[in-house]
Amino acid sequence: MVSSDRGKAIVATVLALGASSVVSGCKDPVQTRYEPSDAAKSRGLVAIEKTGCGSCHEIPGVEWPRGRLGPSLAGFDDVGLIAGKLPNRPGLLAAFIRNAPAIKPGSTMPPMPVTDAEAQDVASYLYGLDSD
Amino acid sequence: MIEAVWGWPPPVLDPAGPYSAQVTTLSWALFALGVFVTGVVVVALWVAIKGPPNWKANLGGERAIWIGGVAFPGVVLTALLIWGLTLTASLTEPIRGDEMRIRVTGEMWWFRVEYLDPDGAVMMVDANEIHIPVDTPVVLELESADVIHSFWVPHLSGKKDMIPGRRTLLRIEADRAGEFGGVCAEYCGGQHALMGFIAVVHEPAAWQSWLADRMDTLANAAEPVAQESQRYPGDADLYPTEAEYLERYDARRGYDLFMETGCAACHRIAGSEANGLAGPDLTHIASRRSLGAGILPNHRGTLIGWIGDSQSIKPGNRMPSYDRLSAEDLGHIAAFLELQK
Repeated sequence: MVSSDRGKAIVATVLALGASSVVSGCKDPVQTRYEPSDAAKSRGLVAIEKTGCGSCHEIPGVEWPRGRLGPSLAGFDDVGLIAGKLPNRPGLLAAFIRNAPAIKPGSTMPPMPVTDAEAQDVASYLYGLDSD
Repeated sequence: MIEAVWGWPPPVLDPAGPYSAQVTTLSWALFALGVFVTGVVVVALWVAIKGPPNWKANLGGERAIWIGGVAFPGVVLTALLIWGLTLTASLTEPIRGDEMRIRVTGEMWWFRVEYLDPDGAVMMVDANEIHIPVDTPVVLELESADVIHSFWVPHLSGKKDMIPGRRTLLRIEADRAGEFGGVCAEYCGGQHALMGFIAVVHEPAAWQSWLADRMDTLANAAEPVAQESQRYPGDADLYPTEAEYLERYDARRGYDLFMETGCAACHRIAGSEANGLAGPDLTHIASRRSLGAGILPNHRGTLIGWIGDSQSIKPGNRMPSYDRLSAEDLGHIAAFLELQK
């Protein structure tokens, strides 16, 4: 009886230790990279629809068009490199949106008819697209 | 999405001319009458279910049927018919024959536009957009190349069907300048919902100069279409030298590509070898408000997107996706088309 109780206690301890090590071994879920304000995001969506970014890009939140000439922008917050080339940072993204060929020579995406402020809002909207 | 650009879908109860104003007045009268009749029915129902017994007896009596079921609708509907026909008589007035005429042909899924001179000959071709002067009645000759479409610019008039093998006439008139959206109002196939149209109404002087510009473009169109290139607004700092710019957006190269890759087989550009008639005429594409038949704003980005993969934007439309062209070639063609004002 006694040995059986001790056995149970040992098993419980091992399980507890194991569980705690599993928990502590886990990192936090991947953090949202940037958390833009709702106002900036909604201004960004207006600019996206006005400019017709959907002609080439699938963008969650834009029902139509969902063009496929360019890459889908779903989950853009988690994308590593902008256009496979540039670190995904807000300043660079806004500059890329406005004048892609200036930043990535050879890009199919031409300069876009948006202001600096609009480009920043569009970047905010894209950083609100999070797949995790 | 186009709402941000010129008001989409076009509001149907905001008349901008005498013909649509009458339709709107009639609509409001019918709405009001509908509300009144619905109210009467609801009250009668309440009486029939919960009303005092003597009210119920009256409601179910022969007299109520003679008054409410025969006399009232007879008088109201007759009056409404006479008033409605009188109000909208001008919609069906005979065409005088001296009005400005524009022929609009419905195609799956866009509108071919031909401006006619006083003799009825085509003097200018465009697509998905008409320009008219304010306060001037304009007669539209509506035709169809394939299935039944319906022409509707709610600000300017009622709907009129475009029927294959037949020509229908619709008179429109605007009493204020502006840009008014239109749609195909008769289901015509998969992309019916993406068959849009814009009517641009100019002040008389502006319209005259617009027409003179167009005629000037056509008169000079016999010269080579793209000898020079033109920098896109905003490109100034991007390409410090002309050579660098041309490497990316060379209209001359775009012209050659346009002729070589098949664009010219379906699209016409006046004065060039491009003489295809299957698709929209591109002689003035750069001055249009929209691409893809009233559905996309018109700038270099949407142009490249449309040429490169129009099937993802408007699936089933007759233009194949040119996704076999390189990024550079798409840029060259877009630069060439941007010169076609």
